[in-house]
Formats: sequence, C-alpha cells, structure tokens
Amino acid sequence: MTEQTRQPTSAEITRRRFLHNVLKAAGGVSVLGMGVALYGSQAQALPAWAIRPPGALPEEDFLAACLRCGLCVRECPYDTLRLADLLEPLPLGTPYFVARLTPCEMCEDIPCVVACPSGALDKALTNIDDARMGTAVMVDQENCLAYRGLRCEVCYNVCPLQGEAIKLEMQSNPRGTGHARFIPMTYADTCTGCGKCEEACITEKASIKVLPEQLARGQAGSHYRIGWDEKEKAGGSLIGEEPQHQYNMPEGMQYDFDEGLQPQSTNPFSGNPLESLNRRSEESQP
Amino acid sequence: MNGPLSARQKGFWASNKWLLLRRGNQLAILALFLLGPLAGIWLIKGNLSASLFLDTLPMSDPYLLLQVMFSGHLPESMALIGGLIVLIFYLLVGGRSYCSWVCPLNIITDGASWLQRRWGIQPRGNLSRDLRFWLLGLSLLLALMGGSLLWELVNPVTLIQRGLIYGSVAVWGAVLALFLFELLVSQRGWCSHLCPTGAFYSLLTLRAPLRVSTPRRSACDDCLDCFKVCPEPQIIKPVVKGEQGSSTIIDSSVCTNCGRCIDVCNQHVFQFSTRFNRREEPVNEENSS
Repeated sequence: MTEQTRQPTSAEITRRRFLHNVLKAAGGVSVLGMGVALYGSQAQALPAWAIRPPGALPEEDFLAACLRCGLCVRECPYDTLRLADLLEPLPLGTPYFVARLTPCEMCEDIPCVVACPSGALDKALTNIDDARMGTAVMVDQENCLAYRGLRCEVCYNVCPLQGEAIKLEMQSNPRGTGHARFIPMTYADTCTGCGKCEEACITEKASIKVLPEQLARGQAGSHYRIGWDEKEKAGGSLIGEEPQHQYNMPEGMQYDFDEGLQPQSTNPFSGNPLESLNRRSEESQP
Repeated sequence: MNGPLSARQKGFWASNKWLLLRRGNQLAILALFLLGPLAGIWLIKGNLSASLFLDTLPMSDPYLLLQVMFSGHLPESMALIGGLIVLIFYLLVGGRSYCSWVCPLNIITDGASWLQRRWGIQPRGNLSRDLRFWLLGLSLLLALMGGSLLWELVNPVTLIQRGLIYGSVAVWGAVLALFLFELLVSQRGWCSHLCPTGAFYSLLTLRAPLRVSTPRRSACDDCLDCFKVCPEPQIIKPVVKGEQGSSTIIDSSVCTNCGRCIDVCNQHVFQFSTRFNRREEPVNEENSS
C-alpha cells in the first residue's frame, strides 16, 4: 500500500467525486427551482376574464388543491368549463370559463362540485344560489342602452336571480323624452357570478361584466358602524336624547366663517311678503 | 439494436411480445380516456392525474397527492381512496411499471431511443441518473414553499397526458420538444435521468413482487442486445454477471418491468417472475447456442 505518499486514497477519491456530484446536482436543481418559482409567480395569476367553477376555494388554496384532472369539465352538461391549455395565460391545467362565451347555467345538482375528487371545489356548496364565482358589475354606463333611455333590460331578464342580483330602478330621463329610464342595478350580496348577464348583453362589447370579487368590490373600514343599523339593533338611540346645540355668542353678535365675529345682522327679508312689496313702493317714491 | 438476430432466431412475436403488449396497453389507456369525448362512451373520466372508472372506481396519482399535501391542502376522501388504490397496485406490480406500461411519454422516448440505435446517433449530454431524485425533492420543496403545485406548471408528464386526453393542439409542441431532447441532447435524458414522477414510482418498487429474473444467466453470450435496449442498463450486469449462488432477480427499484430484455435475448436469459423465485436453471451449453 502507498499509505505514506500524499496520493489520495481511493476512498478519498470516491468521497471527492461524491461531493463534486452532489454539489453539481444541487447547483443545477436550485437554478431550475428558481426558474420554476419565478415562472410560477407570473403563470399563476388568474386573468379577470377567467372565472373559476362554482364552489372553488379562494384562488391561493385552489391552486394548492386542484389536481388538474378535468373531472369537473367532463361532468359539466353544457361544456361551459374547460382546462387551461398550454400557451393560455392561466395556471396550466386548471378549470375555468369565460362568461361572455359560455356562462355557468347554475345546475341545481352542481355536478362539477360533486365530481371534484380533491375538494378544490368545496362540497359545502349545496345550493347553487350560494355560489360566488364572481360579481356582476355595470362597467360601462356610457354604452349601456338602458342608461341612454332605451328599453333593453336583457341582463335583467336573463338573470337567474332576477329582481335580487339585478333589479331595475326607474329614473327620470334627463333628456326629457317623457319616458323613464329603467336602469339595471347589480347587487353583490346575491349575485352568483354565473355570467348570464355578460353573455346576453347586446352591446358589441359587454357593458355589464362579471369580475372576480376582489376586483368588483370595495370594502368599508372594518371599524365602520352604521348609526341607523346600530340604533335598530339596540332598539333605540345608543347615546340618549340628542341635546339641542347651544351657541354661546356675546349678546348681539354672530360668527361668520369668513368674517369672524360680527354684529348680528338683521334679516333684510321679512317673513311677510307684503312688507317687502310695501318697502319697494316706498323706495320708488320720489 | 433489438434484433434482427433475435427476430430471426425466435420469430417476430417472441422477440417483440412484451413491446407490443406494452404499446397496446399504453394506447388502449389513452383510447379509453378518449372514448368518452370522441364516441360518447364514458367508461372512464378524467385523466391520469385523477379519474373515475365506470362512475365508481376512483384512481388518482399518489405523487400528485403528495404534492397537494405538501402545498398545504388535505385532499378529500375520494382522491385519497383513489391514491391508495393506485399505490397498492404499483406496490404489487412495481412502481415503474407505470413508466413503461402506462405513461404516454414512454412511447416518445422509446421512439427516440430506437431512432438513435438505427441512425447511430449518440447524444453527448451526460446527466446523472440521480438527478430525478433531486427533482423529486425539488417538486415537493416548491409545493411546500410556494403553497401551490408549482411543479405542475412545467411537469411534462402531466402536461402531455392531459393535453392528449383533452385534445390540446399546443401539446404537440411539447411532444416534439421532448422527442428532440431525447434524440439529440441526452439519451433517455428525461425518463431515466430527470423525471421525478419516475423517481417517485421507483420508490414504490422497493419490495414489488413482480420482477424480471435471470434464471438462465449462465447462458449469456455477451451480445449486449439487452444492454442496448434497456432504459436502465446499469442494473443488468450486476445480476446477469453475478456470482454463482447470488440472487437472479433484477431487484433494482429503477427497473421499469418493460420486459424488452426478455424480448431481445436469444439465450432466453430473462423472464418475468416474482421476487421470491430465485431459482437458477442449469444450462446445457451445447443446446443453448
């Protein structure tokens, strides 16, 4: 054996080669991992025109749960759902639909949700009216025919929750044609986001659209309390009798925002119209 | 080359039996999935990621379920039961039977490998066969850190099988890319070096009963036909050239149970067997060649 020389032993060579291979693999794999993670941060964004099936978990959870098997697509009796294909700007293989092309027909037995093996479509959804796929919004009042005073109301008429998710509101027409305007108003608390209104809208590009809830809705501050709601909940005013406001000015003075403290002006107009008439006739006398 | 030699000596069927059965099986599975959308006959719905057979039997990919669980979602019972069924099946027949008998990518890479042998193409890409286990770890790490199935955005296995079953046109671009990679860049680069799906299924192979054995290994005439067609040739020699009395079972977890070695061997060295059958046949040298 050549123990004394500084030649590396075969065990050392094996160990070196092993370490070299491990580092090479780790380097390559971490570069690939970075690439996939970067790509994923772009490729996992859901465009606003793509709507998830009913019962879909919040998007972040959905992307963790969806197996991309397409059983929901196969069970959809109206061929509404499709799987995101390669080169489409959606998370690859996940189900979606486009309201303007094929809206959700809101099957009562919700076969897509029943078919989902993983729970990405939540089986807690048993009444399709509780689905929240998105929220219908009147996005373009300038082009909506109803706002122009024409009788259209197609979106209202196709709405599966007619009179709840879309209501018609009568307004007087400022053009003064003598006919009222029937304005479709959307109500987010009942809208399922099925997209029937967007599909049916007769303008060349839909004036009413279904948007993802986070785009469609605002949110009042969580600390907001609506006075009249609180009053009703409490069954009466929470602060007792509202006291009459007192202004304590020096005698014969008043406060004006621009002028500051002023001598109290006397109202030039009397409550009795006859007085001013008489005054004018007095002034006109020579 | 698979053999003109073996075909002449054993006949076409005997020297291509397992290959043809495998191709038949791979294509039949795709056809079964396409029967619904194309002919309206719904025997099976879904795809290889998760499916429902005859509206009763669920099946799902345990590797995909593992990624789902790493990304923080516990799948519902239907997916879990489906995953368990698939898991038990592959524990019995050997996990990488999925690779050679089911996965449609196998047709692409076998095709590229066949052309390489015919045309004498020898790509220079030299990848480590361990990389697939690194990628398996990476896919699970991406799921854990990203909270979603990041690997599934780029996984060619699910991407191609899904595209084929759901009638994607763009998927043929991916098929071509994989084919050219295998043909020109790295021989069996995806299936035998990089694929984390195969790596996962190889872990299920560890104690699989169904195995290829070499009861007539002493008849080997060193023609290397098996070595040329095997997707994992490094696993053959230790067994076929093993010492007298050592195990005759090709027990490596990366063996895909494709049976191509059985087809091409003129000396009938290989056969499908169980891991418990370690019997070695005495070979009469005069009769065997």
